[in-house]
Amino acid sequence: MELSQTVRNKIDEARAKYPPEENRAPLIFALHAAQDEYRWLDEPTLEAIADYLDLEPIKVYEAATFYDMFNRSPVGQHNVKVCTNLSCMLCGSDEITDHLRGKLGIDIGETTEDGRFTLTEVECLGACGGAPVIWIGKDYYEDITPQRVDEILASLD
Amino acid sequence: MPEYPKDYTLVTLNGTDRADSNTLQAYRDNGGYTAVEKVLKGGLTRDDVISEVKRSGLRGRGGAGFPTGLKWSFMPPADGDQPKYLACNADEAEPGTFKDRDIMRYNPHQLIEGMIIGGYAIDATVGYVYIRGEFWEPYARVQAAIEEAYEAGLLGKDILGSGIDFDLHTHRGGGAYIAGEETAMLESIEGKKAMPRFKPPFPANYGIFGRPTTVNNVETLASVPPIINNGGEWFQSLGTPESGGTKIYAISGHVERPGNYEVPMGTPFAELLELAGGVRNGNQLKAVIPGGPSVPMVPGDVMMDSNLDYESLAQAGTMLGAGSVIVMDETTCIVRAVERVAKFFFHESCGQCTPCREGSGWLYRIVQRIERGEGRMEDLDTLLDIGSRIEGRTICAFGDAEVAPVSSSIKHFRDEYEYHITHKRCMVPAGGRIAEAG
Repeated sequence: MELSQTVRNKIDEARAKYPPEENRAPLIFALHAAQDEYRWLDEPTLEAIADYLDLEPIKVYEAATFYDMFNRSPVGQHNVKVCTNLSCMLCGSDEITDHLRGKLGIDIGETTEDGRFTLTEVECLGACGGAPVIWIGKDYYEDITPQRVDEILASLD
Repeated sequence: MPEYPKDYTLVTLNGTDRADSNTLQAYRDNGGYTAVEKVLKGGLTRDDVISEVKRSGLRGRGGAGFPTGLKWSFMPPADGDQPKYLACNADEAEPGTFKDRDIMRYNPHQLIEGMIIGGYAIDATVGYVYIRGEFWEPYARVQAAIEEAYEAGLLGKDILGSGIDFDLHTHRGGGAYIAGEETAMLESIEGKKAMPRFKPPFPANYGIFGRPTTVNNVETLASVPPIINNGGEWFQSLGTPESGGTKIYAISGHVERPGNYEVPMGTPFAELLELAGGVRNGNQLKAVIPGGPSVPMVPGDVMMDSNLDYESLAQAGTMLGAGSVIVMDETTCIVRAVERVAKFFFHESCGQCTPCREGSGWLYRIVQRIERGEGRMEDLDTLLDIGSRIEGRTICAFGDAEVAPVSSSIKHFRDEYEYHITHKRCMVPAGGRIAEAG
C-alpha cells in the first residue's frame, strides 16, 4: 500500500508546521488526510502512514484508536452523525435519532446495505445554540427537525 | 449574531455584526491590528504588556479562571533561547460551550492579534491554534485569516519592521474532549494520545516538545488587543472588582433564543435569561448548569438570585466554567439529564487514572439503572461514595468534573431519584424514556 500523492502532499504541508525532527507531530493531520481520501483507516493505510513519517506503527495505531474521528472499520459514503448530548437532548435529539433510524432503516453504528449512509451518535459538537445538531462530512446542520433531515438527506449525492 | 435590546460593550464579539467580519479588511476598518503596532512599534516592553494584562483582571476564559497576566509571568525571561511556544486552546468540547467557535468564525483576526501580542509578552516565536477536529468551518476561517496576516506582514519574521518574529500555525484535533485539558493538548500537538501530564513540571517550563509553553483559551487571547488599546483599567471596570471585563455566555437548552451573549462579568443570571428570550413556552425554570456539566447544577431559584461571575457562582455552590449555561425547564427529568452527561464522561475518560476510568463507568451504569426504574435506594449513597473516591485522586480535573453532575443533582434533586427508585418511573410527565414508554 502506498499513500496517494494527494495524501502525501497534505502530510508534507502539515510537517512544515513543526520542527523538522518532530516527525510524530503531523500524525493527526496525516490520519485526517488519509481518511479524507480512503474514508476509513485499515491496517495497511496506518502502516503506510507510519512508513511515510518514519514512525513505529504502534504510534500510528495509538492515535488512530484514541481519537474518535478516525474510522477503524468501513463506513458509508455519508456518515450521518447525530449529537445526543445534553443541550441537543433537551431540544429534541431523541426525535431526530428516531426519525433517522426509521428513514434509513438502520440503528446507530450501522450502515445501509447500499453503502450510502452510516448512522453515528456523537458527543457535543460545540454548536449547542443551534441544537439539535447533526454533522455530515464537513458541515454542521443546526436547528434540525425531522423535515429538515429529509431535505438534507435528499440534497446529498 | 444576536441582536441586543440595549447597549452592551462588546470586547471579543466586537464588529461581528458585519457580514465579512472575518476578513482582514473588516477587522482593520474596526481598528484592528493597532494594538500590535502600539506594542511592537511603540516601545512597550514585555513587562509593560504583562502588567497591563494583570491590571485588566483578565482571567482564563476556558474554565479554570486563572489570571492571564500571572500565567504569562511564569514563562522564563527572554534570553534568546528559542523556540518557546504559545498555544491557543480552541478544542471547545465542554457540552454547552460554543463561544470560541463564533470568535473563530466571525472574529479570527482579533484572536491572531491577541496571539502576536501574547507571543511577544512571553517571548514565544511560534504559536499553535489547536482547533477541535470537528470544527471544519472555524478551522477554514482561522487558516484563511492566518494567510491574510502573513501576506500583510503581521506574522512571520520581523513583524512590521520591529525585529520581532512570530509564526502561527493551526493544529487540528482528532475528536477527544480530554485534549482540551492543557497538558493533554501538549501531548496531542506532539501527535500522541491526549493524556494529561503530571504537573510539575508545568508547561511554562516543559511544554510542547519539552520547551517553555503557555496555553490560553481563544476568548482569553481575543480579549488582549482591546486591553492594550483601551488600557487594563478600562477592561477591569467593565466587570466586577474580582472578575474583570466581559464574558461570552453561551446559553442553550430550554430558552427561546439560545446563542452567544457577551455581557459584563457580574451580570445577573436573570438578565441573561431575559436576553435569551426567557424559558421556552413560558415554562418554569427548574435547574441550570452555568458552566457546562463539569460544574455542579443548581436549582433555578438559586440561579435567579445569582450573578454571573466567579465569586457569585462560587457562593451559589457552583462555578463559572467556560460560561456554558444550560437551562432546563420543568419538563426535564433530572435523572435522565444526569444519565446523559455521565455517559459522556464515561466515554471521554482517557483511561489513564484508575479512579476516573473505572469510576466514570460505575457512575454511568448506576444512574442508568435508576433512570430505567431498576435502581435501589442504597444506590444514592453508593454514587456519593464513589464520587468521593474519585475527586482529588486523578492527574487532571476530569475526575472532579465527572462527579459534579451526579453529586450536585443528588444534593438538589434527591426526591426525583427516590421517585424513580420507588415508582419505577419518572415524576415529570413527559420527562424521560420511562414516562414515554408508560
